Amino acid sequence: MNYVIIGTGPAGVVAAETLRQRESTAAITLIGDEPEPPYSRMAIPYHLIGDIAEEGTHLRKAPAHFERERIQCIQQHVSNIQVDNHQLTLADGSQLGFDKLLLATGSRAVRPPIPGMDLPGVTNCWTLADARRIIAKANAGDDVILMGAGFIGCIILEALAKRGVNLTVVEMENRMVPRMMDEQSGGLLKRWCEQQGVRVLTSTKVKAVSVAGEKLYVELETQPAMQVDLLICATGVKPNIELAKGWLQTRHGILVNRRLQTNHPDIFAAGDVAEGRDFSTGDYSVQAIQPTAVEHGFIAATNMSGGHYLHQGSVNMNVLDTMGLISASFGLWQGVENGESATLNDPEHYRYINLQFKGERLVGANTLGMTQHIGALRGLIQNRTRLGKWKDYLMDNPSRFMEAYLQQRVA
Amino acid sequence: MQKSLHIDPEKCTGCLQCEMACSYENEGVFNPSKSRIKVFTFHDEGRFVPYTCTQCDEAWCMQACPVDAIVLNFVTGAKYILNDRCVGCKVCTIACPFGTVNYNTSTGKVIKCDLCGGDPKCAEACPTGAITYIDANATGLERMRMWAAKTDTQASTHA
Repeated sequence: MNYVIIGTGPAGVVAAETLRQRESTAAITLIGDEPEPPYSRMAIPYHLIGDIAEEGTHLRKAPAHFERERIQCIQQHVSNIQVDNHQLTLADGSQLGFDKLLLATGSRAVRPPIPGMDLPGVTNCWTLADARRIIAKANAGDDVILMGAGFIGCIILEALAKRGVNLTVVEMENRMVPRMMDEQSGGLLKRWCEQQGVRVLTSTKVKAVSVAGEKLYVELETQPAMQVDLLICATGVKPNIELAKGWLQTRHGILVNRRLQTNHPDIFAAGDVAEGRDFSTGDYSVQAIQPTAVEHGFIAATNMSGGHYLHQGSVNMNVLDTMGLISASFGLWQGVENGESATLNDPEHYRYINLQFKGERLVGANTLGMTQHIGALRGLIQNRTRLGKWKDYLMDNPSRFMEAYLQQRVA
Repeated sequence: MQKSLHIDPEKCTGCLQCEMACSYENEGVFNPSKSRIKVFTFHDEGRFVPYTCTQCDEAWCMQACPVDAIVLNFVTGAKYILNDRCVGCKVCTIACPFGTVNYNTSTGKVIKCDLCGGDPKCAEACPTGAITYIDANATGLERMRMWAAKTDTQASTHA
């Protein structure tokens, strides 16, 4: 068998390793278009802080790991795929054949359609190349605007603060991490950041960016304009579906079935680019999170190599460290129709938990300022645990979730 | 023969010697809040339940780690954290459905039970035999894991 995987993120790497485990003689090729060994974007904030060197972001640490696994790595862009003869063309014009193909092309950072977003002082924070730009340009005393207080924006706040820049955050929604945290906890996060000396402007937008001498001139909606050295755009990411467009079924991402197979039997998709099954809703969507990418990579590789593994769906979840305040979300944290919810809010100590129930089952949760045993929230959701009398206890005090979890175990 | 921790909540008196021993062995301080094993108290029923990682085969934490910082000890079967690789991203703390990987705010790394390299101090410290370190087959570990896997999330796989 000749397997080709496009994409060197967690989904692609786990798929390549899984294929090797299952077929010792197969040819396995892993293609990525970044000039780096496979690395984790999750680790970039810690590189920006200075906790780790670039090598610390690498997905696999042994230098000869891929060689040892007999996984051939190619650093090139794939120009197109000729599905009828099972071939693809690389940027240098060379051709590569495959029996089965995995599209694990991930997602890329987008920039909103605002004048000046293509200026040299504007960068995303998504790749190692972006990280190098930020390290070069965001240093003590520099004026920096961070556009977007979503997951990526929040997670690099600490790094930017520690680098000593004069930071302003601009978010168009009314709170921080609007797609991960509810209004109360998102509001608490904002207050926390302001207390740490970060200027956070919510419900406002960057209107235009232009050059003003050495600086960028940034016009804002409802706020005075600012002059900055660097504008970091963290307004979202979008799946890289270009290679699939026109011949595979796509929506926001590439459509797959429960085997992670596209509408072409020999082509699979995994990770940020795939609309995989969501555990909580049963619907198909792009989750774009690390644990889901790993699950996808494993399941796709198993099915590509003759196995039959049906994806039960991934629990959507996230954990975020915003200047030391830790927040997490699980499952249907926004709640469900006819559901119930319980909240414990201790804004003084920045502790918050909200649980969402459907009947006697937990379906979603948001936590803030909690670091102990929070994985059990995933456990309760994914086990579809019938809480029985513990539902009432949790309605009274949602922070007792670990006891509720254990009670099931030892009862 | 691989050994594992066997926990018998019926024998636990809630003395917290296990938490003390764990935190001293692994963090160098007598501080139950830094322990990797935790005794939960059910006041209404007067019960105590010691709880820690079962070193599950699925190794959700190890699979989810983006920087290869959680590795398997082939001798003990424990999954343990390599501190010099852990960046503190906490993905393992939400991925572990048992809630047994925790973030340590003072070090910026995660912590979990590593069976003390094959000589678990919690078992040594337990005065009532509620925590023992014995042959994996005899521990009911399978029973515990079955409980753990009592979920409709495990897809069937026939390779």
